Amino acid sequence: MGVEALNPQPQDEFPRNPSHAPAKPIRSRWEKDAPRCVVAREEIGLEALQLLLGGIANGCIYGLVALGFVLIYKATEQVNFAQGDMMMFGAFLALTFVNEAWFGWPFALGLLAAMAVMGTLSYLLDKLVLRNLFGQPQFAVVILTIALGFVIRFAAGVIWGHEPQSIETPLTGKSVHFAGLVMGLEEVAVIVVTIALTAVLFVFFSRTRIGLAMQASSQNQLAAYYMGIPVKRVYSLVWALSGVVAAIAGVLFATKGTIDPASGLLGIKAFAAAVIGGFGSLPGALLGGIIVGVVEPFAARYLAAGYSQIAPYAIMLIVLVIAPNGILAQMQKKKV
Amino acid sequence: MAAGGQSNGKGGQPLLSVQNVETFYGAVMAIRGVSLDVHEGQIVTILGANGAGKTTLLKTISGVMDPEKGKIVFEGKEIQGAEPDAIVRSGIVHVPEGREIFPFLSVEENLMMGAFTRSDRANFAADLDMVHSYFPILKDRAGQQAGYLSGGQQQMLAIGRGLMGKPRLMLLDEPSLGLSPILVQEIFAIIRRLNQEQGVTILLVEQNANVALKVADHGFVLEVGRIVMADTSARLLASEDVQEFYLGMHGESQREQKRWKRRKTWR
Repeated sequence: MGVEALNPQPQDEFPRNPSHAPAKPIRSRWEKDAPRCVVAREEIGLEALQLLLGGIANGCIYGLVALGFVLIYKATEQVNFAQGDMMMFGAFLALTFVNEAWFGWPFALGLLAAMAVMGTLSYLLDKLVLRNLFGQPQFAVVILTIALGFVIRFAAGVIWGHEPQSIETPLTGKSVHFAGLVMGLEEVAVIVVTIALTAVLFVFFSRTRIGLAMQASSQNQLAAYYMGIPVKRVYSLVWALSGVVAAIAGVLFATKGTIDPASGLLGIKAFAAAVIGGFGSLPGALLGGIIVGVVEPFAARYLAAGYSQIAPYAIMLIVLVIAPNGILAQMQKKKV
Repeated sequence: MAAGGQSNGKGGQPLLSVQNVETFYGAVMAIRGVSLDVHEGQIVTILGANGAGKTTLLKTISGVMDPEKGKIVFEGKEIQGAEPDAIVRSGIVHVPEGREIFPFLSVEENLMMGAFTRSDRANFAADLDMVHSYFPILKDRAGQQAGYLSGGQQQMLAIGRGLMGKPRLMLLDEPSLGLSPILVQEIFAIIRRLNQEQGVTILLVEQNANVALKVADHGFVLEVGRIVMADTSARLLASEDVQEFYLGMHGESQREQKRWKRRKTWR
């Protein structure tokens, strides 16, 4: 039997009779190397799993940046469009502390220092700049943070140059093998750190006095004032927390690859992730990040080139149409 | 007109003294020179129609709004214009109108937030027990999200949360808002008990003049930012003007209807 007999209708020809058209163009492209198809079934499963794990690792970073957006939005109703650039700046700070070419500190110390510096800078940013915009229209804050993003980006370019650089970590280049899967140790670290950070944040918000005060101030600002919670200081602390999270996200991002001043543009994707998850829900931000992170590599693998760039925003649009408050929205109703 | 008739037998330094306070919303003068004294252990009520400035006055005392002019003296110290957290620390707690609880925190976490400014956290458990003894429902619902409480329970939570701050003076803004008459009775009975048993001085703002005057020792009538009447509750209850304009009673009439409109005599 010839190949023609197996494939009576070659797929790159128009079918003579439209009713017998091949099912879907996407499937046909998948299976165009037909002889390997049967062997590949298991491989496809494995490949999908591999893509999934890589996507989750990426998604954790989107999720952490989205978390920064949501932290600030929930507490202060401001959207900080510089969140991605803060992440980039935090990564460069850590790189400066850790790399041999600069300070050459131990990795853990450098990470902590970067977190501390980003936290302090964000605290001061709120206290000295954003607090003056208190009561101004939202628009002012949006423009201010967008401008701030540019400033951070170009400042980073001036200090560290525009070439991609990598951070020296104890994990670089090592990988983990299990069940036929290969994962970079950095990717495992990203997932583990994200889970740990989520746990820490959960305990912080639900068990500590200041964490509860942050929740209270975001749920009912006026009542927080009445209870004697120093709301303005709490807001600055939320900014500081967001800066710390940005630094962690930045370091994780840098360990997975390289960092350059334009890396901060990832913030836009993280913004989409935050919207998908529900722009006021911390678990939603992480979930949205993971969704975006997972969809991207699958779209890149199985769809035509370019779709993976569109995918996060397409999902955002779909979510906005179906569930305008996002997937894990915290609905607020007031009883009278 | 300044607040006269302060002779209530207590004498001495008032716990809270508001002196010629003027507060603005932008260009609108909401409080037009109000003076009043609250003595330790009293329940004092401020009556008035919507827009009279009652809530604004409380906000000015608790530091959420700053007065343009005048002095507010609490325990001999001037507190006008101070930050709200400093005022809470000094012993004034404001229980706002319309409950204003934290809807996504549990009932117990709401109570914890009431004690936010307290440094003596060792007494937290004892105070929680005290609040639970007045509002047993808050103990039953301790772990529940406060947003799911009924309106009356939310009001109890708001008062309980205020109590957690161990106030010497509690500013209560319309505790009866949106509650059924039986709940109003219940809440006011608790307010009276708090005053007698815990020694909390209470400054009460109410639309429900009848209930408020029955629980209070002393009353002020606020109208368009000014105090127009100040007297003991008993005398205010008996006053024909208050009966007419705030208690909704009508004077004796023939043929079951009023034939003239009573004029306000204080303008």
